[in-house]
Amino acid sequence: MYKAKIKVTLRKSILDPQGKAVEHSIQSLGYKNVKDTRIGKFIELEIDSNSEVEAKKIIDEVCNKLLANPIMEDYEFEITSLTGTGK
Amino acid sequence: MSKVKFGIIVFPGSNCDHDAYNVLKNVLKQDTKFLWHKDSTIGDRDVIIVPGGFSYGDYLRCGAIARFSNIMKDVVRFASDGGIVIGICNGFQIVCEAGLLPGALIRNANLKFVCRNVTLNIENKKTIFTSSFNGGVNKDKITIPIAHADGNYICSIEIYKNLFENNQILFRYEDNPNGSFESIAGIINKKGNVMGMMPHPERASEDLVGGHDGRHIFESVINSMN
Repeated sequence: MYKAKIKVTLRKSILDPQGKAVEHSIQSLGYKNVKDTRIGKFIELEIDSNSEVEAKKIIDEVCNKLLANPIMEDYEFEITSLTGTGK
Repeated sequence: MSKVKFGIIVFPGSNCDHDAYNVLKNVLKQDTKFLWHKDSTIGDRDVIIVPGGFSYGDYLRCGAIARFSNIMKDVVRFASDGGIVIGICNGFQIVCEAGLLPGALIRNANLKFVCRNVTLNIENKKTIFTSSFNGGVNKDKITIPIAHADGNYICSIEIYKNLFENNQILFRYEDNPNGSFESIAGIINKKGNVMGMMPHPERASEDLVGGHDGRHIFESVINSMN
């Protein structure tokens, strides 16, 4: 069993209006040195598999098909074994 | 003129399905049916409407979950075979997610839900969706409402070049309300049988509701089928 923590964010080339609005708000609090605020999604899920390779492959597929839209979003993930070595 | 068989897909959260039904069934007197998202086939329908609304609560991304509903498999098959598909508002988002149209729709640049009439410039009148504006009605601009928070159309420069060169851009906003790239409000696919637009023609098809510019889009489709 593996646990995946997935981050989905708007691609760098795409203006993130939510991030901009939040950044203005942060700066209005006085934190003038805060920059490049980006809003994204955080998704956690578990994969019932004994193979890290297979688990990663499944996450890639699920991200490309559903969790992220490659036209506008990038994703990255971390994976940890919930069953000791995972071997 | 024989009646065209329209099918309007109903997802949980669709809310413009009945507006589309009213225009097609009661105003334009066509053979019109609702199709439930769990149905596996569109049956004998000639034209599919993917209506506006908030399918599946807009969870994850607008249109992302609806795109995997049972009936969409058959809609994709139908479109690939040349069948006519019209995606309006959330329907536009769904057909983009399904890969039937290029690009994507993201949050409005001003972060606001915008609900008002807008003026659209008709960029291409030689399509099955706009032919009525070329002669019959003879208009270069139409006024119909928008009502969305995620109508900001984006695509790569390469995709835009293709859209432009193939005359796939149908409508542009005269006064861009949402930050859409190059003021794009509606496009068609390369074959010209799939159309998506953020504004709502079904909400502007009777003088009773303030205008009928939208009706001519449906009339164009009906004329093209006869």
